Amino acid sequence: MTVRVGVVVFPGSNCDRDTLRGLELAGAEAVALWHEQASLDGVAAVVLPGGFAYGDYLRAGVIARFSPVMRAVAAFAADGGLVLGICNGFQVLAEAGLVPGALLRNRGLRFLGRDVRIAAERLDTPFTALVGDGRPLRLPIAHGEGCYFADEATLDELERDGQVLFRYVDAGGTRARAEGDPANPNGSLRAIAGVLNAHGNVAGLMPHPERASDALLGSDDGLPILRSLVEAASRAAHAPVSEVADRAPVAVGS
Amino acid sequence: MIVAERDAAQPGDAAPGPAGMPTPSLATVMRLHRTLGLTDDELVAIRDRLGRDPNDLELAMFSVMWSEHCSYKSSKPLLRTLPTRGEGVVAGPGENAGVVSIGDGLAVAFKLESHNHPSAVEPYQGAATGVGGILRDIFTMGARPIAVLDALRFGDPAEPRTRHLVDGVVRGVGGYGNCVGVPTVGGELVFDPSYADNPLVNVMAIGLLEERHLTRAAAPGPGNLVVLFGSTTGRDGIGGASVLASATFADDDPSKRPSVQVGDPFAEKLLIEASLELIERGLVEGLQDLGAAGITCATSETADRAGTGIVVDLDAVPRREPGMAPFEVMISESQERMLAIVRPPRFADVAEVCARWGLPCAVIGRVTDDRDIVIVEGGLDTDGRPRDGARELARVPAPALTSDAIVHERLAAPPERRRLAPAPGAPVVASDQLPERGMDPGAVLLALLGSPNLASRRAVFEQYDSTVGASTVAGPTSGGAAVLRVQGTPKALVAATDGNAGVSAADPWLGAAMSVAEAARNVAVTGARPLGVTNCLNYGDPTKPEAFWQLSEAVRGLGDACRALGLPVTGGNVSLYNESARGRIAPTPQIGVVGLLSDVSRAVGPAFRSAGDTILLAGEAGPGLAGSEYARIAGVAPEDGQPALDLELERSLQSFVVEAAQGGILRSAQDVSGGGFAVALAEAAIWSGLGANVRLPISSSPAADLFGESPSRLILSTEPRHAAAVELLARQHGLPIEHIGTVGSERLLVELAGAGATGAAEERGSGVADAIDVALADLARAWEHGLPRALGWDTVG
Repeated sequence: MTVRVGVVVFPGSNCDRDTLRGLELAGAEAVALWHEQASLDGVAAVVLPGGFAYGDYLRAGVIARFSPVMRAVAAFAADGGLVLGICNGFQVLAEAGLVPGALLRNRGLRFLGRDVRIAAERLDTPFTALVGDGRPLRLPIAHGEGCYFADEATLDELERDGQVLFRYVDAGGTRARAEGDPANPNGSLRAIAGVLNAHGNVAGLMPHPERASDALLGSDDGLPILRSLVEAASRAAHAPVSEVADRAPVAVGS
Repeated sequence: MIVAERDAAQPGDAAPGPAGMPTPSLATVMRLHRTLGLTDDELVAIRDRLGRDPNDLELAMFSVMWSEHCSYKSSKPLLRTLPTRGEGVVAGPGENAGVVSIGDGLAVAFKLESHNHPSAVEPYQGAATGVGGILRDIFTMGARPIAVLDALRFGDPAEPRTRHLVDGVVRGVGGYGNCVGVPTVGGELVFDPSYADNPLVNVMAIGLLEERHLTRAAAPGPGNLVVLFGSTTGRDGIGGASVLASATFADDDPSKRPSVQVGDPFAEKLLIEASLELIERGLVEGLQDLGAAGITCATSETADRAGTGIVVDLDAVPRREPGMAPFEVMISESQERMLAIVRPPRFADVAEVCARWGLPCAVIGRVTDDRDIVIVEGGLDTDGRPRDGARELARVPAPALTSDAIVHERLAAPPERRRLAPAPGAPVVASDQLPERGMDPGAVLLALLGSPNLASRRAVFEQYDSTVGASTVAGPTSGGAAVLRVQGTPKALVAATDGNAGVSAADPWLGAAMSVAEAARNVAVTGARPLGVTNCLNYGDPTKPEAFWQLSEAVRGLGDACRALGLPVTGGNVSLYNESARGRIAPTPQIGVVGLLSDVSRAVGPAFRSAGDTILLAGEAGPGLAGSEYARIAGVAPEDGQPALDLELERSLQSFVVEAAQGGILRSAQDVSGGGFAVALAEAAIWSGLGANVRLPISSSPAADLFGESPSRLILSTEPRHAAAVELLARQHGLPIEHIGTVGSERLLVELAGAGATGAAEERGSGVADAIDVALADLARAWEHGLPRALGWDTVG
């Protein structure tokens, strides 16, 4: 049976349709979840898509965290449910405190839309189990506020606990520097492009896997990320929620 | 403001208007109409149409609707000459956007429009609302916007004011397009001193729709409700079209700033979703966006198209501030608003959709059968009739405001001297001497690649989201036309926009025709069949005979080229009065072409693909360096004039390349345009990371062959085994074609060959190179850094 994965639609979400399609390509039955709904309709995983939720005029993601659906997402995450935030979805997760850190304005103070390369630091998570060997993945970014920031102690903790999910790398796979390196487009600290929460069931990343889901568009490197999520969701859908929540981080594959 | 005071005036003693309507004296009208930008003749014409004097509110409505921007009063007689019919055209000029069928029950909507004057006053908001306005034109037709291309023109990039304008406009285009979730996939960026005070911001939008959802901007069915939804109505953009778009600039005038509209891309995003849902569920009879002239325009145009009238309940218009005068409500250009015509039983569903998207929605009037636009204060009853005690503030026949608006027959006269003036102090020289003026053609090539008009646009395009929608097969960094796949089909839409102001400055007919040819060629080289043309004509003050001559010649060139290439003009926009104290802009015919690629997997790009591939040159260089980038950076006025355009040859070239691309025998196809052959070749090399070894037969002169911009030439690459087939196909189309070299090297090497090149270096003395021999890395560096350096931008990241 195909697993159901929900994509939250905030007013101002603009990657919801792309994400629904990307998840379908990855083998899921993808359904839209309206921002005003208080339940998640029994989906096995949730994706917060890119866009400008509620216009993002104040600060990216800051209003969206108060929406009814986010209360349900927080409860779902607390129960061990799989949640992935992409771009604006990552910003919303960070504002909601569901992943550590914050996304500041890009170091160059300009919106940036270009292809970047990232590499997965962990290959044993529900979001990366199928990305292969940690080679550089080519994905587009499109954001004005993508500079990953946390204090030094938090960054050290993230490194220690394996919560750094993706880093910006150059074409050869070498980790980008924090500053003055075109491979790190927004100046993210420690070149962090994506993180996990402490339990390993919530992840956020700035690049857009759903836009790199077809070689015709220049890259299909994003598809394994979505497939990892769909496969993990499929396992979670067939396991008691508590069992999934007990594992930290959720081990898949093996 | 004067109008506000007048609007409160008491009834006077002029000819009687509708009962209860305040009718000011003739003397008041005589003073007011000029303030509003109407001429004395136009006031007489208004009186003829009304059979009486207009009151102040009516005069305000006429002033915006009879503005150049809304009425096309100077250009209409010219635009009537354009070919508008073509295969698959389902909506043409007169609708909000042109629509052409692409099979499978789908159609493409597209249009190009200017937002020049607002961008000169307030670059961020001017550009942002330019994007917003053209997007509304697209989704009003029932199409989901899928792409934006922007054609921007500014003055000298070294000037601080230019840098301020570029920064604001680029941020504005990005700020709006990125938020609303429509990818910016291409466009142009051109610098020329003539745009210093009057930048051009032309935006093209493309949308995709199911043909059965095609929606007209008409108000049929007397008794139907007139529903306004989206943002509330405020004082922003009062008279934007009449004050800004229809008059010449004196200077950067801060007093005009309140006339610039303010954009809210978040509201636009909601408006897109709500509008498309209303259309898909069949809840509206007609839909029109509110742009220039606001409610006045939307009501009169929809009523006129349907042969009906509309009575407007002024009190029902949701406002964002108290105390607005009736004329302010009627002509406000507050953004992100839509007018829907709704059958009464369906209103509850319409209101539900709007509420779900968080958009205010109100019934602001009724469709009537009297063909008048009537403005009522004091409310309508449930039947749509004015309540007891309500006052009729205005009553104007809808056609008088739109289809029967005044038309001016302007005087056209060519300038006495039509040759391009050289830069001060620059010599007029024979073009065959040009590359040998002590310059190494390799150095000329590097200078051209790094020049502001030819260098990489990456620093600008990276500020735009070009991939949202997950359909961008070739975006702004591809170097060629934008290619967008059509989801659920093997097809793709291909779009390009080009405008040749350099040639237009001396020959506006030729400049317009070359612009059409180039945009269509850029689409054709991908393998796509061009479907139709949209245009934005940016010219000067039409009351000046020379400026009007430029416009009329351009329209003639546009029509001639479209007829020759078999392309319908499906819509467009005219921007006049692009002048300032420093002079008139170079006449700028911005052309947009959309084409259909039947099999996206066969799309051909401009970059070389593999070392060892054969390079072919289709078409032949002719003389004519005037108006070229080469002449610009050399600071000379070449005496050989403009290049010639053979439209029959162009047509053959385009059908040849479409056939070759679709036949799968091309690896790459690159159009020769700005900077000429050498720049086109260098670009194909830079974009692929593959150099080339070329022997170029000189058909005209070394300068013209290398750097001239004569049209109808393509640089093609093919696998060696297909080279003979490509050559044969070209000859079958009557085209000259030459095998000129091979892909693959660390360098770009171009040797000159043939009669035109003989005698070269020795005869002219030593130390002058005849060949281009430059490392690929040097070419790439010049091309990459040119624009950020010209604009003083630090490279990001």
